[in-house]
Amino acid sequence: MTRTTLHALLSHWWRSPLQLFTLLAGLALATALWSGVQAVNAEARASYSAAATTLDEGRYDRLLRRDGQPIDLEAYVALRRAGWLVSPVITGRLNNVRIVGVEPLTAPGSMGALEMADGADVERFLAGQGQMFASADVADRLPEFEVIISQNAAPNTAVTDIGIAQQILGRPGEIDSLVIAPNQPASQVDLQQIAPDLIRQQAQASTDVAQLTDSFHLNLTAFGLLSFAVGIFIVNGAIGLAFEQRRPVVRTLRALGVPLRRLVLLMAAELMFFAFIAGAVGVVLGYAIAALLLPDVAATLRGLYGADVSGTLQLRPSWWLSGLAIALGGTAVAAAGALWKLSRMPLLAGAQQRALAMAAGRRAWAQALGAGVLLAIYAILSVTAEGLIAGFTLLACLLVGAALALPFVLDRVLALASRGAKSVTSQWFWADTRQQLPGLSLALMALLLAMAANVGVSTMVSSFRTTFTGFLEQRLTSELYINTADPAQAAAFVAYATPRVDAVLPIMFTQITIADQPTEIYGTRDHATYRENWKMLEGAAGHWDTTFAGDTIIINEQLARRAGLSIGDPVSVQGRQMPIAGIYGDYGNPIGQAIIGEHLFETLYPSITPDRFGLRIDPAKAPDFVAELTRDTDVSAAQVINQAGIKALSLEVFERTFTVTTALNILTLAVAGFAILMSLLTLAAMRVPQLAPAWAMGMTRAQLGRLELLRAVLLAMLTAVFALPLGLALAWALLSVVNVAAFGWKLPMYLFPLDYARLGVFALLAAALAALWPARRLARTPPADLLKVFSNER
Amino acid sequence: MLLTVENVQKTYATADGPFEVLRGVGLQLNAGETLALTGESGSGKSTLLHLIGGLDTPDQGRIILNGTDIAALDDNGRAELRRGTVGVVFQQFNLIPSLKVVDNIAFQARLAGRFDPIWAQTLADRMGLTAQLNKYPEQLSGGQQQRVAIARTLAPKPQLVLADEPTGNLDEETASIVMDLILELVAETGAGLLMVTHSQALAGRMQRRLHLRAGQIA
Repeated sequence: MTRTTLHALLSHWWRSPLQLFTLLAGLALATALWSGVQAVNAEARASYSAAATTLDEGRYDRLLRRDGQPIDLEAYVALRRAGWLVSPVITGRLNNVRIVGVEPLTAPGSMGALEMADGADVERFLAGQGQMFASADVADRLPEFEVIISQNAAPNTAVTDIGIAQQILGRPGEIDSLVIAPNQPASQVDLQQIAPDLIRQQAQASTDVAQLTDSFHLNLTAFGLLSFAVGIFIVNGAIGLAFEQRRPVVRTLRALGVPLRRLVLLMAAELMFFAFIAGAVGVVLGYAIAALLLPDVAATLRGLYGADVSGTLQLRPSWWLSGLAIALGGTAVAAAGALWKLSRMPLLAGAQQRALAMAAGRRAWAQALGAGVLLAIYAILSVTAEGLIAGFTLLACLLVGAALALPFVLDRVLALASRGAKSVTSQWFWADTRQQLPGLSLALMALLLAMAANVGVSTMVSSFRTTFTGFLEQRLTSELYINTADPAQAAAFVAYATPRVDAVLPIMFTQITIADQPTEIYGTRDHATYRENWKMLEGAAGHWDTTFAGDTIIINEQLARRAGLSIGDPVSVQGRQMPIAGIYGDYGNPIGQAIIGEHLFETLYPSITPDRFGLRIDPAKAPDFVAELTRDTDVSAAQVINQAGIKALSLEVFERTFTVTTALNILTLAVAGFAILMSLLTLAAMRVPQLAPAWAMGMTRAQLGRLELLRAVLLAMLTAVFALPLGLALAWALLSVVNVAAFGWKLPMYLFPLDYARLGVFALLAAALAALWPARRLARTPPADLLKVFSNER
Repeated sequence: MLLTVENVQKTYATADGPFEVLRGVGLQLNAGETLALTGESGSGKSTLLHLIGGLDTPDQGRIILNGTDIAALDDNGRAELRRGTVGVVFQQFNLIPSLKVVDNIAFQARLAGRFDPIWAQTLADRMGLTAQLNKYPEQLSGGQQQRVAIARTLAPKPQLVLADEPTGNLDEETASIVMDLILELVAETGAGLLMVTHSQALAGRMQRRLHLRAGQIA
């Protein structure tokens, strides 16, 4: 019985290959979008996570030579003997691979790639017998070495014993830097006494850009979820239509004695089989999408981290397994409703029609009611939501609520339009469009979500970029930054630089606690640099005047939010009470920050002297100044940072972010267009009985085809109108709720009307293109096919 | 006794409130016997046929087929009954459009696990379908499709054949041919036949006839 039933079920697809293609393509595209975005995210995260665990990537303080030259072995030995827990590191390039040589016995903390590697022979490694640790693609480029493949290896990096590294890099006995273990003996001989030519470089602690990168990934994840939601609607539509078309067959099978349970199980198994096939195709497609996107993402993260991020994709089992799981799970979710309906379907046609009509009416109302409830929850959460879970709940309520509301809203709009219809043709057109709505509603929901995602994510990314550009201008105002090694060098530098530049701005800070929050407090010089460039989110009148005078304090948004502080609230610094005069945006900073006047800082913290300085100088003169500075003083080139370069790099990073999201936008829109195409094609056969009477009564087939095209464009246009406010609400939720919950800062929202207009045109084009083929097929339907409708009438 | 129907009642919910379709119907049918069930539209003929075929369940009463009360069966039991004991010829054929004629004829016999290829071929020949076996239902005329449906019903050799206006969609001449075939084949298999029809002429060809009026045997 099972075989016979399965044969009957599968024969349907054999006779309806287009429908099978719709189902498989819908599933494959949904999986591809999801898994593509996830692959990019996973790969990028894995890459820089590996980079971060590799020594020499900025986790520890380091000692460097002032003049940038290699460190002598004698200096290293002297430091070790004096109780300094330091470990030598050398880096270089071989076959375009970054070689990192470490000394495994003295290296602090985890060994990154080394500790996790399978097949590592620690003894051979310690004995300096040439073992290296790297990822598989790096190993291919180092065929002459014994490379242990490690999944945790940093991209484009091979780690080996320092002796081997010195040998293969042709730098025997040389050391680039000494990594300082975080836990040092309580008493140590001063560095200056043992190795006066070495300077200590601070670890790149949890940096601002690291936080921004997390935000970037959150955006991608949100996009992945949206893509998945679009995909689920597509799959749901495809499965729903497939079930709809097979309803008479199912009824016949049951009438002939196939038990309902077996029928449901067989149809579920059939769908799971298709989901598996389509999921596999989707994973391959997702891989292709990810491979296309990854170079941009890799470049973005390379820019952010200054570390290598693999630009190529690895086939991680977790990734393709999750892709398949999504395909199977998505199909199960999408099919659950259809199978439930099937199991409840009355066996008899007469009863079925009555039941279906009643069920459809109930479903429409239940859907509208559900939409109302979800949007009400969204409205409540938009005022009260705090935390990531609440933020994502808010997003889900908004998107699902709006999608569920769409058919109801469109039906009302069409009903309104039909009232104004004068001619018989337009009356028929509006009535017929309303009748079509249930069949197209899932595809239109997918289009709505795709467009809303476009508007929302574009708005967010553009707002992010606009804000960040302003923020960079504010924060990286000084043309040059100098890190000095000690107070003596700082004093000498200030004396040298002051007459040669427009301004020397000392940067001095210390860690304190304000309102129980860990905070970096800065003492800032009264200068136009701050007054003109630092923009306050909120500020009392004359906030800079009072702050530089030592009467008030200015804090960042993170501190204000976490401690619940606002303008005028008093805070205590070293027992001194000061009111808050301003709150500034501090995008990317993970911790609280506060600013007080320079003189007050010196009074409160007399032991702290500035060791970093910002220099205001004509940018054209900066290179000459740096050359003279390094020539005339003991400040090395390594201690000078040209912020113009950093600024340009950071801006480039966000341009690339924009490229990635634009590519995803286009993909999502294309998939939604595909959903419309598939829905129209699948509906085409069911449409013939509805259109044949209109044809018989005098409308030409070409006229009917044109009206079909017009209908699709009209529905897409109405959906686009609905998608704009939805997308803006989505952007608002991402910027004002999710971002605040995730990172503690709120991004201002900017509007980009031209972008939205362009998106609207794209959506209409997508809908028109999708409708073109079905409309053309309709216009060419042979009269014999239309006549069949009447000859089959009973 | 092949079939005994006792005091069967059925009510449907409608927009205007409950509608009592069958109000205590009873009848009996022996193996090899043919019975016509006539009545006005809405008199409950098709509903009674569906209840006897296990396609629906009565609100009250008993339907005993071969000693089993089918009203007491669960969904699986009724499905087994439809597969093996009863064959239904529907007015609207209900063929499986994606299967060829040859597969449609064999379908129910295969479900029942009683497929006999020689008998299936005999049915196809007697029904004049030999040349149509590799066609799909949509390529056949209405009369041909109904003959396929009859062959499908008879292929597992059911004990009871239920026919719901089997010639309702056919012209007079084709209807007569189809009816001859049904009666001939039912007689050969020894099955009982219960046929719902509006046609007095067709009813006259049955051994017995019953008339339903307003949900009761008149």
